[in-house]
Amino acid sequence: MSEQSEFLVEVRDLKVHFPIKRGVLFERTVGHVKAVDGVDLSIPRGKTYGLVGESGCGKSTLGRALLQLTPPTAGEVSFDGVELTKLAPGKLRAMRKRMQMIFQDPMSSLDPRQNVESILTEGLQAHGIGGDRDGRRKIIAETLDKVGLPRWALSRYPHEFSGGQRQRIGIARALVLGPELIVADEPVSALDVSIQAQVVNLLDELQDNLGLTYLVIAHDLAVVRHISDTVGVMYLGGLVEEAPSDRLYTEPLHPYTRALMSAVPVPDPDVEDRRERILLAGDLPSPANPPSGCRFHTRCPWAQPTRCADERPVLREIGGSRVACHFAEQIASGELRPHKVSAEIVRPEGEGDEPGVVSAPSEPGSFV
Amino acid sequence: MTLISGKKKERIDRLAELAARDDERGVSLWQEALRRLRRNPAAIVGAVVLGVFLVIAIVGPFLVPHAPEAQLWKGEVRENIGYIPGARAENWFGVDHIGRDEFSRMIVGARQTLLVGVVATMIGLAVGSLIGGIAGAAAGLGGRWGRAVDNVLMRFIDMLLAMPSLLLAISIAAILGASLTTVMIAVGTVSVPVFARLLRGSMIAQSNSDYVLAATSLGVRKPKIALAHVVPNSLAPVIVQATLTLATAIIEAAALSFLGLGNNDASIPEWGMMLADAQRYIDIAPRLAILPALGIIITALGFTLLGEAMREALDPKLRK
Amino acid sequence: MALLEVDDLSVTFARRGQRAVHAVDGVSFSVDAGEVVGLVGESGCGKSVTSLAIMGLLPKQPGLRVGGKAVFDGTDLLQLDDRSRRDIRGRDIAMIFQDPLSSLNPVVPIGLQVTEVLTRHRGMKGDVATKEAARLLDRVGIPDPTRRLKEYPHQLSGGMRQRALIAMAVACQPRLLIADEPTTALDVTIQAQILELLKDLVRDSGTALVMITHDLGVVAGMCDSINVLYGGRVVETARRRPLFREPRHPYTVGLLGSVPRLDAGRGERLNPIPGSVRDLLPWPDGCAFSPRCTRRLDACVGEPPELVLAHDGRSYRCVNPAPVPGLARAADAAPVPAPREEEK
Repeated sequence: MSEQSEFLVEVRDLKVHFPIKRGVLFERTVGHVKAVDGVDLSIPRGKTYGLVGESGCGKSTLGRALLQLTPPTAGEVSFDGVELTKLAPGKLRAMRKRMQMIFQDPMSSLDPRQNVESILTEGLQAHGIGGDRDGRRKIIAETLDKVGLPRWALSRYPHEFSGGQRQRIGIARALVLGPELIVADEPVSALDVSIQAQVVNLLDELQDNLGLTYLVIAHDLAVVRHISDTVGVMYLGGLVEEAPSDRLYTEPLHPYTRALMSAVPVPDPDVEDRRERILLAGDLPSPANPPSGCRFHTRCPWAQPTRCADERPVLREIGGSRVACHFAEQIASGELRPHKVSAEIVRPEGEGDEPGVVSAPSEPGSFV
Repeated sequence: MTLISGKKKERIDRLAELAARDDERGVSLWQEALRRLRRNPAAIVGAVVLGVFLVIAIVGPFLVPHAPEAQLWKGEVRENIGYIPGARAENWFGVDHIGRDEFSRMIVGARQTLLVGVVATMIGLAVGSLIGGIAGAAAGLGGRWGRAVDNVLMRFIDMLLAMPSLLLAISIAAILGASLTTVMIAVGTVSVPVFARLLRGSMIAQSNSDYVLAATSLGVRKPKIALAHVVPNSLAPVIVQATLTLATAIIEAAALSFLGLGNNDASIPEWGMMLADAQRYIDIAPRLAILPALGIIITALGFTLLGEAMREALDPKLRK
Repeated sequence: MALLEVDDLSVTFARRGQRAVHAVDGVSFSVDAGEVVGLVGESGCGKSVTSLAIMGLLPKQPGLRVGGKAVFDGTDLLQLDDRSRRDIRGRDIAMIFQDPLSSLNPVVPIGLQVTEVLTRHRGMKGDVATKEAARLLDRVGIPDPTRRLKEYPHQLSGGMRQRALIAMAVACQPRLLIADEPTTALDVTIQAQILELLKDLVRDSGTALVMITHDLGVVAGMCDSINVLYGGRVVETARRRPLFREPRHPYTVGLLGSVPRLDAGRGERLNPIPGSVRDLLPWPDGCAFSPRCTRRLDACVGEPPELVLAHDGRSYRCVNPAPVPGLARAADAAPVPAPREEEK
């Protein structure tokens, strides 16, 4: 590496479209679910980028596409200066030890037939790290200490642990390879409140001690804001706003961010009674058939007759934030007032959250 | 403020210790399934029935009182007046229509029946798992070629599946000529599509699971993922199905023998053939039909009970 | 006289060859007409079992024992036979569940499912029932209700399904509504819509609402009085503001310290409760929270702590409660000894 860029990860115009297939014997493509539709973002070294949005917004798909676990349809992902999308499979496999993932459901992301030792050894073996059995044991023991699991865990199986401990196993699995980047997809949402805090703190500590770079994907704005330096808000496959964590809370610029922020319940009666809710009408439109222009205009209380419906806003810089809204300044200054929006019926695409999982992924049962 | 101390603290720490490490080794899923199996009465009944059946089939033929093919009491059978000697001291189950000892024939027949059932199931399991495994792995690997391989194999399986199973078995038996081997092959072929579809479906479901994605993101090679994660986690339903197939294989083999497509060597008794032979004498000596029928029913039931119990024991959803 | 008075409710599951599990152990609370009462706790705390026991909806199985009383408007629900209980259910007490899809019949149109309730409990038939059903769907904010009546559950989004379920629940103007995690399966903006709707319904009709949830934020915005559950017992009961301002039970303190707040800054460490609920197993006696508690005393092991009645209707089950002052912000409630790591 001749020069080290400030950013470990740079994503340019990333698109992930899943074909919708119909027909039994002769499949034909009848459309595309645009799970991720043109996202730019950069993650500085040693920092945390939080990606927040509701189910179906494409945040999980973005995380997987970034790690090349789902092949992107278009766009570039550069990791430490290496363009991942053009990498040969063997080279990509070797790169994987530098970028790891933590999953939402610690139970389903751990093979129920592997004990903890085997779970932690697998990655080391795949990359030939640690040399012999003893060398690997040493690395594994150190990793267990880092995540706060006892030694006797090694011979145990995932189903013998509590949810919080399982997530620690998942974190240990990611950590054991000594990665620089960790993509955490909903790392705490399957856990109980009191356990969530333990895991959030653990992630914080690990970052402090190991200088990790995180991409944290979650639907819980409070969690994301708590652990992120920069937060990106996604709506229907695109980033609508990106801002430093504190700024996003104090000065949300995009109407969707405002609505999202106002919808998150705060465990404080005084705050709850004072705040004004921006209630959005209706549901998230289908990513197979997104609205024209600004994706949010069908539900936006500030939508204007001009531009919103026919011109897709791009992210632009406003006072330290990046926001994709034609009228962000006028809304911030109070020049534009919110109006009532009537709900449109939105047909569910199927069951589940991420469209990538729901409706015909490009390759059924793909290992990738 | 007095914080916890002394004896009570000791007790708490000891309890915590106990809770944490009540057993030193971890319990794998298989071990736990076995544990659950042992607690299930249906499994115990099935296992006992099968145990008895196995012992009879293996050691029985060495202990039988009479040679099963010897027509020792032929002279006593009076077909014209409808008399076949029944149960008595020297023939516990009586004598069959040509004067052979029915008890000895039942015992020796048990071995044949078991042999047909096990070999037929093995054929089905082996061929079916091979096809299903390749199709499942191909579908899992994805890509144009993967999908093509999967498609070709599965359409072949669909063809097999489209034919009524007994008809398929009869056709195979007719082509290969009547023999015990034919019965095994025919019955085995019938169960091929079941195993193939089951393993493929199970593998595809596992390929979509998070831990496979996790292994991919660790940088584990695809073939290793298929062998280390996908296949082992897909086996449970196949094992259950094999146990259940043993029951149907025994019944189907009996049916083929009954139709005269099975064992053509009259000297080796087999329950299905015995049942077929007995039909002409059903009003004179119904026991000649009832005994082999009971044998088939009880063993099939034993396998079914055990299979169902295994299904419950291996079902991850029923795990507490 | 309260509308619903639950007194010393206990639910025990005893399986053959295994130790009996006390899912609910001496839970008492009351709900007044028009009041919103919260049952808060994490998974396994007994909050859902409590509501199912009150409704008589626990699956009948050998070894299940329900004790105590649940008096609704003068009748003890636990003593009723199945038939009269069914009459009360749906008419006087209605329930809303977490997963609207599995609570709706997938092969019956929404309209028919709503009119069914109207026919059963209000004796409406034909056009009258259909009109009322459309009115109800409109009331819960489903657009174009007449057309929605003919649609099936899978044709509606999650939020719309939950609205349909709420329409069915309020069809007979029940006096008590029990909502079991009604918004957990929904996105946060949809959650806000549904919570607003529930508040509206309570305000307009004077229905009492029992809100069962794990989300302290939801409780803070909705409930008049709150019961915090842990290990099958109510560990603290208080009105909304006092509970959040001055939590007394260490578990409540811990819960509040665990939740990342939207309005807190980046970098503020959370104060998690050490350990996990599984630690509860070896403590059949004594305070169930004691293994994870940082204010544990000798007296916590042995006898289950008595309910302590404090002023202004508060009560808690703790022999060493958190001191009153300086606890408005949970972050300040730094525990006395260093917290242990999760499990030993």
